[in-house]
Amino acid sequence: MSTVILSSLVIMSLALCLAFVRLYRGPSLPDRVVALELFSSVIVGIIGVVAIATDVPSLLDVAIVMALMAFMAAIGFARFLERGGPRDD
Amino acid sequence: MIEILKGGLLLVGAIFMFLAALGLVRLPDLLTRMHATTKAATLGASLIMLAVALHFGEVAVVARALGVILFIMMTAPVAAHVIGRAGYFVGSRLWHGTVKDELRPNYDPLTHELKSGMETDANAVHQPRENDPR
Repeated sequence: MSTVILSSLVIMSLALCLAFVRLYRGPSLPDRVVALELFSSVIVGIIGVVAIATDVPSLLDVAIVMALMAFMAAIGFARFLERGGPRDD
Repeated sequence: MIEILKGGLLLVGAIFMFLAALGLVRLPDLLTRMHATTKAATLGASLIMLAVALHFGEVAVVARALGVILFIMMTAPVAAHVIGRAGYFVGSRLWHGTVKDELRPNYDPLTHELKSGMETDANAVHQPRENDPR
């Protein structure tokens, strides 16, 4: 079981690294927002795996808060983008 | 049995998330990137939360895990729609191989007016209402 947990953590860390590449390179701001959303999804997954590994069910609350904040951030960024009008970055 | 199921769910969820990140890096424009991330990352997080529910097996934890799944499934499409809409309006460039963009000929970005393509000369005339802002 520990092998499975370790390997899934490694795979999700690689996913985080790839998302960070897009966050760094992303030609426009919406691309970066999408990368941030993927960040939060992967972190929810990592928190779930850590909850299994450490046998602490309270960590699920952290996952709930993480998902909620990601949704709020996405809505806020989208409002901000639409207010700004056409942009060229 | 539950151990095997749990391990499988964890691995498959992690691999789906990795595929989402790979798509985010490799695909050419904003909309295709979102098409990779929203679906695959939602599925990955849901599978991992299912594994958590299987691991603990208590009512409180299972309810919370299912709550996370429900919340992610409900909010991911909304967030994707809002970001895609904002990205289109701020003028993020589509991939050069895009075959069809039906919004471009029918949408006026200045007045936010959307044509249906069914207008005739008679009904295309703007008819002012009483509570219109002047």
